[in-house]
Amino acid sequence: MATRIDLDGLQELVAGGAQLVEVLPRGEYVEEHLPGAINLPLKELDAATTRQLDHSRPIIVYCWDGL
Amino acid sequence: MSPRAACRLQTLGFTDVYDYVLGKADWLAHGLPTEGEHADVPRAKDVLRDDVVTAQLDEPIGAVRERVARSPYGFAFVLAGDGTLLGRLRKATLDGDADAAAQDVMDPGPSTVRADSKLEKLAARMRQHNLDAMVVTTPQGRLLGVVRRDDAERRLDEADAPGL
Repeated sequence: MATRIDLDGLQELVAGGAQLVEVLPRGEYVEEHLPGAINLPLKELDAATTRQLDHSRPIIVYCWDGL
Repeated sequence: MSPRAACRLQTLGFTDVYDYVLGKADWLAHGLPTEGEHADVPRAKDVLRDDVVTAQLDEPIGAVRERVARSPYGFAFVLAGDGTLLGRLRKATLDGDADAAAQDVMDPGPSTVRADSKLEKLAARMRQHNLDAMVVTTPQGRLLGVVRRDDAERRLDEADAPGL
């Protein structure tokens, strides 16, 4: 299970070089997203789409409210 | 959704995965910057003022009254030690017994809005209820500041002005 973090944890990880991934559908990402986040919708998560992610850096995923 | 995404990434071989469980709703409600097509929609955070007077729970209101008199507001907010908004001291209350502790005379649980609330809706609500200001807190209830109606209306006028 992934480590659950709050806002403070997120900001600390991002300052250290973590990658931010919004997993909401593309339309919601286009409307508004966290600075620097990329969009990988949950329904599209697979080996091919995640190739752009760096294995050596932490990854933070988020949606609207975790549900 | 994000727990499933985090799990999927782990099954794909990523080992250092974190889940920001409170998500975009939490980020926006803290008034933090965003990117995207809606990032420029006027919101409470754009006209937030943090110059409102605050008081501690056990503070005598006589001392609070003096600070309020030097401020542009006629009220003060009562905060817990961690900044959580617990009450409001109205002008009439501040004019009462100077030795009374703030927590004994405050109006508890003032209504609040989030920093990402759309300014257009807030301004309409303030007009409808004849409010001069609305209180903005984080989702955890910590005071961020106030949105004044005149500031909100000015900001909306600027957003509507051609060429801006």
